This record gives sequence, C-alpha cells and structure tokens, in this order.
Amino acid sequence: MSQATLSRKAPLSAGRVRYALGPWGRIAGLTVCALLTLGPVVWTVSTSLRTPADSFDLPPQIIPAHPSTAAYRGVFDQIDVWLLALNSTLVTALIAVGQMITAGLAGYAFARLDFRFKKPLFGLVLATMMVPLQVTIVPVFLVLKSMGLTDTLLGLIIPAFPTAFGTFLMRQYFLGMPKDLGEAAMLDGAGPWRIFRSVYAPLAAPGLAIVGVLAFNYHWNEFFRPLILETSGQNYTLPLGLVSLQGNLGTGSISVVLAGVVLSMIPAVAVFVVGQRPLREGITSAGVNR
Amino acid sequence: MTDIRIPAVRTRAAATPPAAAVRRPARERGARLLAALFLAPTVVGIVVFTVGPIIGSVVLSLFHWNVIDSPGFAGTANYREVFTDSTVLVSFRNTLVFMVFAVAAQLLIALSLALTLNGRMPTWLRSVFRSAFFFPLVLSAASISVVMKYLFNQDFGVVNWLLGLVGAAPVPWLTSEHGAMATVIIVYVWQQFGFSFLLFVGGLNNIPKEIHEAAALDGATGLRKHLAITLPLLSPTLLVASVVGIINALQVFEQPYVLTAGGPGDSTRTVVMVIYEKAFEQLRFGEASAVGVLLFVLITAVTALQFRLSRRFVHYQ
Repeated sequence: MSQATLSRKAPLSAGRVRYALGPWGRIAGLTVCALLTLGPVVWTVSTSLRTPADSFDLPPQIIPAHPSTAAYRGVFDQIDVWLLALNSTLVTALIAVGQMITAGLAGYAFARLDFRFKKPLFGLVLATMMVPLQVTIVPVFLVLKSMGLTDTLLGLIIPAFPTAFGTFLMRQYFLGMPKDLGEAAMLDGAGPWRIFRSVYAPLAAPGLAIVGVLAFNYHWNEFFRPLILETSGQNYTLPLGLVSLQGNLGTGSISVVLAGVVLSMIPAVAVFVVGQRPLREGITSAGVNR
Repeated sequence: MTDIRIPAVRTRAAATPPAAAVRRPARERGARLLAALFLAPTVVGIVVFTVGPIIGSVVLSLFHWNVIDSPGFAGTANYREVFTDSTVLVSFRNTLVFMVFAVAAQLLIALSLALTLNGRMPTWLRSVFRSAFFFPLVLSAASISVVMKYLFNQDFGVVNWLLGLVGAAPVPWLTSEHGAMATVIIVYVWQQFGFSFLLFVGGLNNIPKEIHEAAALDGATGLRKHLAITLPLLSPTLLVASVVGIINALQVFEQPYVLTAGGPGDSTRTVVMVIYEKAFEQLRFGEASAVGVLLFVLITAVTALQFRLSRRFVHYQ
C-alpha cells in the first residue's frame, strides 16, 4: 500500500528527480527521529521489567533477559501507590470537570450573551494567560493559607477551576455555531437559559472534551504547585511521590524507580490513546485561532 | 462582578417604554443575569487567584516578611538585596541562556520535522510519526527528568554508552557546568518540541494548496519553495510558537530541579528555582516576590519586543 502511494508520480523531469529519491530519505529521517523520541520511554518500560540486579546492564536489554515484576512490588512496598493514585485522580478529575463547567459557561457568555464591560472583561481573561503561575505563587499560597487550604487537596483544586485558555477555546467554539438555532428557539418561546441548556450546550460536547483532556493531562503531571502546597505525605500526588521515591533509594535500584514512573504514566498514556484528537486540537488551536 | 452589572440592568429597564415591549426587556434582563452567573466562577477565580496575586506580589516585594513575624515595610530594600545577590543574578543569566538555546532548538527541530512530514507519504505513516513526536508532551516533566537522570549518568548511563560505541569519551553530563546546562536543555527540548511541532503541522494545513501549486508552475522547487512561500505564510504560527516557547522557557523548573538541583554550583539554577527556594525554603517572602516581579517584567518585555519585531516579519494572508 505504501509502495503504491509513494511511487504514484508523473514521468521524471529534471526537477522531479530529487523527489524520486525524496520520500524514502524523508521517511528514514523521520523514523530515526521517532526512535530517538520514543527511546527513553521504551528504555523505561523495559528496565522496569528487569530484576534489580540486571537494571544496570549495558548494552541495555530491550527485551529483559529475566523478566520480573519485582520492581513493581518494590514500588508498592516503598510508597503508598494507591493513596497517591487516589489523590492524583481526585485532584485531576475534579479540576477537569470544574474547568469544563467554568469554561463552558464563561465561553458561552462571551460568545453569545450581551452585557456591559464584555470587551474589557474578555481582555482581562486573555491577559491572564500570559501571567506565569510562578509570579503569583507566593500570594496565592498566602490566600490559600488564610483560607486554611494549604496542605489540602482542595487547595490544589479550587485555584485551578478558572481557565483562561479554556474560556477562550470555548468562546471560539460557541462563536462557530449557527446563530439561527438560538433565534428559532427564542421564537418558540425559550428563554436565555433554555436556549443555552437545550440548544447550545449539547452541541458543545466536543469542545468541552478538549478542555477536559487538556486539563487532565496538565494537572495529572503537575509538579510545582503540589510541591509547594502539599507538605505531608498523605496529600502527595504521584509526581511528588515519585521524586521522593528516587530520593529514598539514591541510586540503589533503578528498576524500582522506573516501575514507579511507568505506573504514573499509565493514565497519561491512556488519555493520549483515547483523547489524542481533542488534545491535539486543543494544542493546535492555541496557534491557529489567535 | 454582580454588583457591577445589576445597577446597569436597572437603568436600562427603566429607560425602556413600559407599555410597548414587555417581553423583550424581561428577556434582556434574563440574559444579563445569566451572563453574570455564567461569568462569576471564572472572573471571581481569576481576580482572586491571578489579578489579586499580581498586585499582591508587587506589594509584598516592598515588605520584609517571613510569615512568622509581622511584616515590616522595606521600600526598595528587597530589590537592592536581589540585585546584589549573585545567586539571583546567575539565575537570570542561566534562564536567559536556557531560553535562547531551548527555544531555538525546539523551533528548529519542530519546523524541520513538520515540513518533512508535510511531504508525500502514506497517511497512516504520517499519523504514526505525528503521534510519536507529540507523545513526550503527555508525560510528566518531573518523572521524565527522573528517567533522564539515569540515561545521562556519566558512568552507567545509556547515553555515554552509545557515545562509547562511536569511540567518544564519556561526557560528564550532570556533573560539569556546561554539561549540566546542556542536559537540562536537551531534556526540556526532547519533551517540549512536540508542542511547536503540532502548531506547525496545524499552520501548514492551513496554507491553501493552490499557492504551492501556482509556485510549482512558476518553477519554484525544494528549498526555494520553503523559503519564499511556506515560511512567510507560516509566520503567524511561528510568532505564536516562539512567544509561547519563550514564555514557557522562562518558567523552567522541573527539569533542573530534578536533574541537577540547580548545580553543580549555581550553573543550572533558574529564576523560578530561586523564587521557590527564597519563599518556601528560606521563608523570605519579600525577596521571593521581588524576584517574581522582575521575572514578570522580563517576560512582558521579551514578549512585547517580540510582537514589535514581528511586525516586520509576520505576514497575514
């Protein structure tokens, strides 16, 4: 099949000779780059399946000589994986749902409702996209402290609800929907809430999926805020637990640390497989829509 | 938010003639109330957790405060302190060096891969490559840095073993100053180039095919075609990719924190690491805020400069 697609070309002219050699060279180059990109991940998975004694072996065995799940048992012995996973799941899922709700509502208001100060408010929301989290982290920490939310999961969740990018994305999404639908519903006597609830909100599901998947991916992997906010081990999320796992062991057993990394990757990879399209669209629209 | 909008609704409602259209003002009032309700979570959240804290950072940077004692006014003392602190100065230099190399490498790699992928090839293969390049983006920077710490180990790391195969001497990746910075950049770029890559793939898809066909008829080929047509048409995407790339690079934290803890010496200590250390390890909230304000000024200045420069190079269709 690939053969047919590649060799379908017009008779060779001077300018086309280069292209006749082109595709295979391109594909070879891209293959090397893809191997370099995925190599570290493959190495991580294969090393996590070796016995601790084999984990330093060079050349690295891609297929482990003595496959073993000892490293995975090691992770469960060293850290409370279930607790960390539960914390991570709770934080990530609540943030994702929260962002879908807040961005859906605000995006709709900016796209389809009339109110005063619409432009400056939207400008304010957009401007906050440019503000790095690190610049505001000290006052945010103090605000959370005054609310008694430091070292709680809620302290991670609540500040992450408003999303400037998600709001922007949902606004674009609602702007892309035909206005006639709402007008028809209005003629049938539907109020603004009915129009949103019954007409536009259901159509927004794919856009909301983008917001949700982006939020899941970002917050599942988040490190900086949990590092600052969560001081007691029972509130750690997976990335924090992993880095501390590495600290406990020093260079003792790579395979245990890497088994931990693999465990924490599983949901991220699952989201990549299932949510690849929304993730890609979310990222791409950052560049194309602006 | 609500207190801004509700008086506005009243004045409008009073101004409309009462008899003629009773339904419409009610509907408008409903829409305004709905807008207020819809916006409240986002706007209140942004005010409490972003706008307020920006102002808070500026105010805090003018005070001495360690959370335990009551804050004392410091004037510009924190800034003077920060400007004479060699660790802070080095961290700004490191961050700028990191930014230049990381963003340049990221854009170059992403652009060449996107252009190469745009050539003729089977669709399934194209999506395999696209997924591969974008995959590292879904992983956590912290755990990937844990992995890379082993790969770049001087004695038993796979990278030096591979270099050994081609006869190169082992490189002290994480234990020498230049090696450590290079490693941080490599690890960061490895994970991040997929972001610019996706932007470029999207941008290339947006270029109408007819333009390239017309250019081909005029005899443009290969590199010439890219330089004269693709790049100018892609320039808005290039601008976004570089702005986002720079803003992200100036905030680098996880990679140096996990890979090198800022060392050896201060050679990979970044601005955000300094903010973290000053605030949450040394409890110098005033100084940490001063560094944060300076970082904010730097990011704003670099971004503004970029938009200015870009007026000459960015072409919109």
